[in-house]
Amino acid sequence: MSEQNVNKGRRRMLTLATSAIGAVGAGFAVTPFVLSMTPSARARAAGAPVEVDFSKLEEGVLLTVEWQGKPVWIVKRSDAMMQKLATLSDLLSDPDSEVESQQPSYAQNVARSQETHPNISVMVGICTHLGCSPIEKFAVGPASDMGDDWPGGYFCPCHGSKFDMAGRVYKNVPAPTNLPVPPFRFLSETQILVGENPEEGKA
Amino acid sequence: MEKIVAWIDDRFPMTKVWEEHMAKYYAPSNFNFWYYFGSLAILMLVLQIVTGIFLTMHYKPDAELAFASVEYIMRDVPWGWLMRYLHAVGASMFFIVVYLHMFRALIYGSYRGPRELIWIFGMVIFIALMAEAFMGYLLPWGNMSFWGAQVIISLFGAIPYVGDGLVEWLRGDFVISDATLNRFFAFHVIAVPLVLVILVFLHIVALHKVGSNNPDGIEIKKNKDENGIPVDGVPFHPYYTVKDIVGVIVFLMVFSAIIFFAPEMGGWFLEKDNFTPADPLTTPPHIVPLWYFTPYYSILRAVTWEWLPGGAKLWGVIAMGASLVVLFFLPWLDKSPVKSIRYRGGIFKAALAIFIVAFIMLGWLGTQPAEGINTILAQIGLFIYFAFFLLMPIYTRLDKTKPVPERLT
Repeated sequence: MSEQNVNKGRRRMLTLATSAIGAVGAGFAVTPFVLSMTPSARARAAGAPVEVDFSKLEEGVLLTVEWQGKPVWIVKRSDAMMQKLATLSDLLSDPDSEVESQQPSYAQNVARSQETHPNISVMVGICTHLGCSPIEKFAVGPASDMGDDWPGGYFCPCHGSKFDMAGRVYKNVPAPTNLPVPPFRFLSETQILVGENPEEGKA
Repeated sequence: MEKIVAWIDDRFPMTKVWEEHMAKYYAPSNFNFWYYFGSLAILMLVLQIVTGIFLTMHYKPDAELAFASVEYIMRDVPWGWLMRYLHAVGASMFFIVVYLHMFRALIYGSYRGPRELIWIFGMVIFIALMAEAFMGYLLPWGNMSFWGAQVIISLFGAIPYVGDGLVEWLRGDFVISDATLNRFFAFHVIAVPLVLVILVFLHIVALHKVGSNNPDGIEIKKNKDENGIPVDGVPFHPYYTVKDIVGVIVFLMVFSAIIFFAPEMGGWFLEKDNFTPADPLTTPPHIVPLWYFTPYYSILRAVTWEWLPGGAKLWGVIAMGASLVVLFFLPWLDKSPVKSIRYRGGIFKAALAIFIVAFIMLGWLGTQPAEGINTILAQIGLFIYFAFFLLMPIYTRLDKTKPVPERLT
């Protein structure tokens, strides 16, 4: 075939069209591989609600339970701890828990707990910075190693984020938001179910 | 014998490849101490692959079994402890060798034109190696493995909009779990090593196309004899094969001493917290990545400025990413008329010295708690790190260089 008869424009057009279709096909072919890496049906099914009996829990002691593979903290806060919460607003970056993703609406209050049991704190113990589990620093003042005016709360050893007794994050620390409060409801005065909202169980 | 060689050469370019890359590959005659680390890096790659293969024969990539299977290798498998120590200590030695190899490039300007692509392939190798080391570190399923992976994967969550979905996709679960361990195993033993081997091949192909730089930073190919052979070149084989064997022997002496007398290196090569099985409910009090990641980890933590749009967390991740990305641009940031530190002026030497001090300081701070003065020092380190690269076009132009000789000295 002689060169003169070659329609270069048409040839380029065909090459481009073939390449484009090929690229789309490659995209479709890659999809199952990418999706195979998302959480499996088994992983999605795990994470059933967890029942916790805290009848033996003393005031000001941290109880850690596992829910969906994460540590969940349950603390019965003392009156002294509760009274302090309202006084800390100036130190906190979101004192009124306005970031809605971090708690159910019924826990959007100063104590970040349910109205019926304001002193019972339930939180996911995973720092909102990079996912370490903070440690309890409930002691007040010098005894805590956190400075003389430390009012008690949580401290993340990884990158130094600080939270108060309601899991509200301090200003000028790396964690951007308050610790998450999971859905939970009371089964009795000393039992809760982590993973379900109060309304859900009543039906 | 000759007949066999001829038979093969008719079918495969055996002699041609040997001559092009060994017997008639002319390298500058003045290679010094710093030129050992390229061949040592290849040695480490081979050693890691070989010991890795033997470890996979006994290791179980299952969250229930992984920790115990590593202890089984250490105690019950004949010579298993040696394979495991060679592999775990080997990771640290690999990074020592690679960091020294990169430092060599930095002092002699080996990244400068026409060797930009060698540098870029090298940087991709460096990042693939970091990924390889990071994923390998999860496999023993110790508590530091678990929480280290938790922190590093969480970094991706800082990316706006897609972050949370991306993190779930990487983990294959809503937390670090068996699914994460299993896929890290797949990446660590096959996907990334394959990529690494291909990249190393490309790194060497690009090197042999343009030829090695040297401590004088001058092109030996500009000065050839009547046969077209560089007058300042010597054939790689036998001259540098023999030299490199000396390097290998000395290196293996040091390596063996560590393996047999201090495999944990006081917690620097094998962290104490990793002798506890992974516990999803308790973070070790000090999360410390292995030493070769700490400079970048420090940069991540140094960003605490909440007023930045998007928050400090996002910018910490961006700063850490940028600290690696900026290295790719090094060949174009350096505007000096000379390559080697031998002919550079005081400004570059001072800048490099400050940079090295800052880099080591960042590395040290990455192993310390992020509080008080440490954060401020890390911020100073971060500033120096980026200033070294971003101001390079200015200070390398101002620098008073010395005349470069025509021939190797």
